[in-house]
Amino acid sequence: MSRRNRARAIRTAQYSVLLIVVLVFALAADWGELRRAFFDVEVAKKQFPDVVTTALVNTVVYTVLGFVFGLALGLLLALMRLSQVLPYRWLATAYIEFFRGVPALLVFIALGYGVPVAFQVSINQYVTVMLALGLVGAAYMAETIRAGIQAVPKGQTEAARSLGMSPTWAMISIVIPQAFRIVLPPLANELILLTKDSSLVYLLGLSMDQYELAKFGRDALNQHRSLTPILIAGLFYLAITLPLGHLVRRLEARTAKAR
Amino acid sequence: MGETAGTDGTDRTSGSSGTSRPTGASGTSGPSATSGGGAAAIEIEGLRKSFGELEVLRGIDITVRRGEVVCVIGPSGSGKSTLLRCVNLLEEPTSGTVRVAGTEVTDPEVDIDRVRRRIGMVFQAFNLFPHLTALGNLTIAQRRALGRGKAEAEEVARRNLRRVGLTEKESSYPAQLSGGQQQRVAIARALSMGPDLMLFDEPTSALDPELVGDVLAVMRGLADEGMTMLVVTHEMSFAREVADRVVFMDDGLIVEEGPAEQVVGDPQQARTRAFLARVLDPAAADVLEAEPSQEPTSLSESPSDIEPGRGEVGKERSR
Repeated sequence: MSRRNRARAIRTAQYSVLLIVVLVFALAADWGELRRAFFDVEVAKKQFPDVVTTALVNTVVYTVLGFVFGLALGLLLALMRLSQVLPYRWLATAYIEFFRGVPALLVFIALGYGVPVAFQVSINQYVTVMLALGLVGAAYMAETIRAGIQAVPKGQTEAARSLGMSPTWAMISIVIPQAFRIVLPPLANELILLTKDSSLVYLLGLSMDQYELAKFGRDALNQHRSLTPILIAGLFYLAITLPLGHLVRRLEARTAKAR
Repeated sequence: MGETAGTDGTDRTSGSSGTSRPTGASGTSGPSATSGGGAAAIEIEGLRKSFGELEVLRGIDITVRRGEVVCVIGPSGSGKSTLLRCVNLLEEPTSGTVRVAGTEVTDPEVDIDRVRRRIGMVFQAFNLFPHLTALGNLTIAQRRALGRGKAEAEEVARRNLRRVGLTEKESSYPAQLSGGQQQRVAIARALSMGPDLMLFDEPTSALDPELVGDVLAVMRGLADEGMTMLVVTHEMSFAREVADRVVFMDDGLIVEEGPAEQVVGDPQQARTRAFLARVLDPAAADVLEAEPSQEPTSLSESPSDIEPGRGEVGKERSR
């Protein structure tokens, strides 16, 4: 068989497999039930405007809060990992390894139930959410930021120091701005992950007006016995994450060009 | 001391535009106000530097007087750059002392940031800050290290950009500038701190041959103004025309030093002769014969003049 013929045969086989899989699913599915479960127009109508004004807004607010706190803590951890002081390096490494290795779910449960019991205080819900999402996000962002700082050429620090700038100022006004440029794409990626992780905040125990998209969808699911709210919630998540993903690719292309 | 250095720098930059050669480096400290001679800008004694097993500097003694231009030449790996980097402590010497304008920089008690503000350094790779405009590159250290206000810093910066002929590039980012322009911005950045002396670490080695001339012209201008300069270079014609003294290094030691005419024109040591023959013109057997033709006054306009430099750059890269 010639090379061209063989390539054509392989392609034909691939298309055939795809066709068969699609056919099997299409025949096996009960389309009437599917439509009733996921595309119930009446149920869908009832979700508005709350799904936007409460759930979507809360998802965005929680994510942004968690991201900002996580970014600040992540930067601190990254600097600690690069510190000359050995205990700082240990602490940062331990923190990062711990929070990267433990499911976010457990962290949320521990915070939601553990903190009020252990410290006898009830913290503002938004603060708890910020802490929970930030603590987890920081572990990932710290490693990203550390890599970014180390990717800034040594000559930059040398130039800054030879101009008489202190190590602190060289870090703040020369190295960190350049490091953030480098890590912008992975940080935007982390924002996508956090958006999805925000679906775990229901574990902290929330009132109705604090529901975010996932919890809102599940609540409506139980109420209406319909999967339509879940579909709607999913679409709203995509409305956030798809543009972010597009942003990540554009940032990556820009960084690639700048090199 | 720090304040004296600051005001001195400002005066120096302001007085620089028109007048020729102001008196030496008039003013790091009181007593030596009489121009030029005697006062040492850099004193290096018994300097040794090892990187692990490898001893890069094996006992160097050099004194650079105020207002003097000293060029350091030698093959790659001879320790020239390390020597320069020991002067502002970018490399920590293994042993020996380095004094800059009387301050011992090798003393652990010394405030190295303060000393460095008086030493301008220009790198082979420019090391401009890519996230800042040309103006931002010139003002950032003035503001963060000298504590100058925005208006003052920008005024000093503009003056120094004019000095290197790049006034119109103040809002350009480094990536938008040619290599030669970047290096001139880097020189202006160092000058904006009002340094007492300047260190140049192969400032033209990373440049395309046709851009070398502009940078050398700026350096020549600085030398004419009486700036103390320690220059590691492969530009033999620059060394010969501008340097008061040339130091030839090989294998971590100073092999030969003396007036530029003598070291470049009539080297005494066999190793110096071999190096110069290789650098200047691999084809010409007699260096002395080849030299006179390479002394036109304007470096930038005579391609033949840059020739030896170009040969050396090419060699460096291929290694």
